[in-house]
Amino acid sequence: MSAFIALISGCIFAAGLAVSGMTDGNNIVAFLDITGDWDPNLAWVMVGAIGVHGAMIPLFKRRATPRFREVYPTSRSGGVDARLLAGAVVFGAGWGIGGICPGPSLVMLPSGSAPIVVFTVSMLAAIWSYDRWVAPRVAPEPQRPA
Amino acid sequence: MILSLGGGILIGCAANLIEWAFGDPAGISGITSSVLGQRRQSWHSFFILGLVATGVVLALFFPDLVVATADRSLIAMAAAGLLVGVGVRLGSGCTSGHGVCGISRRRPRSFVATTTFIAVGMCTVTLIRTLHSGGGV
Repeated sequence: MSAFIALISGCIFAAGLAVSGMTDGNNIVAFLDITGDWDPNLAWVMVGAIGVHGAMIPLFKRRATPRFREVYPTSRSGGVDARLLAGAVVFGAGWGIGGICPGPSLVMLPSGSAPIVVFTVSMLAAIWSYDRWVAPRVAPEPQRPA
Repeated sequence: MILSLGGGILIGCAANLIEWAFGDPAGISGITSSVLGQRRQSWHSFFILGLVATGVVLALFFPDLVVATADRSLIAMAAAGLLVGVGVRLGSGCTSGHGVCGISRRRPRSFVATTTFIAVGMCTVTLIRTLHSGGGV
């Protein structure tokens, strides 16, 4: 049952990305092109997603445990530090060049289009390499309860 | 606007399902990392499978919805993928993890990360257009 919920969630998430226009790189670039022919339309994606999710979070957090977990998972997130900022800068640069972020990349991959496949394979290789070789050498983030 | 808002609401519903079932944020870069690194919980693989399977349906029946950015060379796309991959691991999240789930949880660090990557993305697009007006990258 938990596998089914996860599968359906992935399908709904992907459908949301496609319906909202996030799987078209030109939409992303137009949203980021604030000094040019700016198309602010994609801001509505965040309004919808944060509106729906943000409204429910306090209700979920009131429960003792999630449906398929014995305990609430602990959050690994710390505060604002140089690592967070550096990561956001590097990600933002790649997002501006490619017009694709990780969610859309996985949804777009089956299209088989060469630029999308090149982007996604490169991104997956970078994630894997970072986790394998870089992450063990940088200090782990502080642990604190959610 | 209606489609973007509607799509956003679908994304919010998916994030709600994941939070209800597993108590985790639906951050795609983190889930992808755990699947690649064999550190996954069983639900992670099924979530990614749902994303990719929907991508197959889109490719077969709605190919017009999936479009690569115009005027970007394959080398630029490879570099972009590299930057996105490193950036999301270094910064512990992407558009979904920080932008949707983190801000919904009112986490200050996710506000900072989201504003930063959107601002840098805007600078990057402006720079590319300025350097290569008409020529592409």
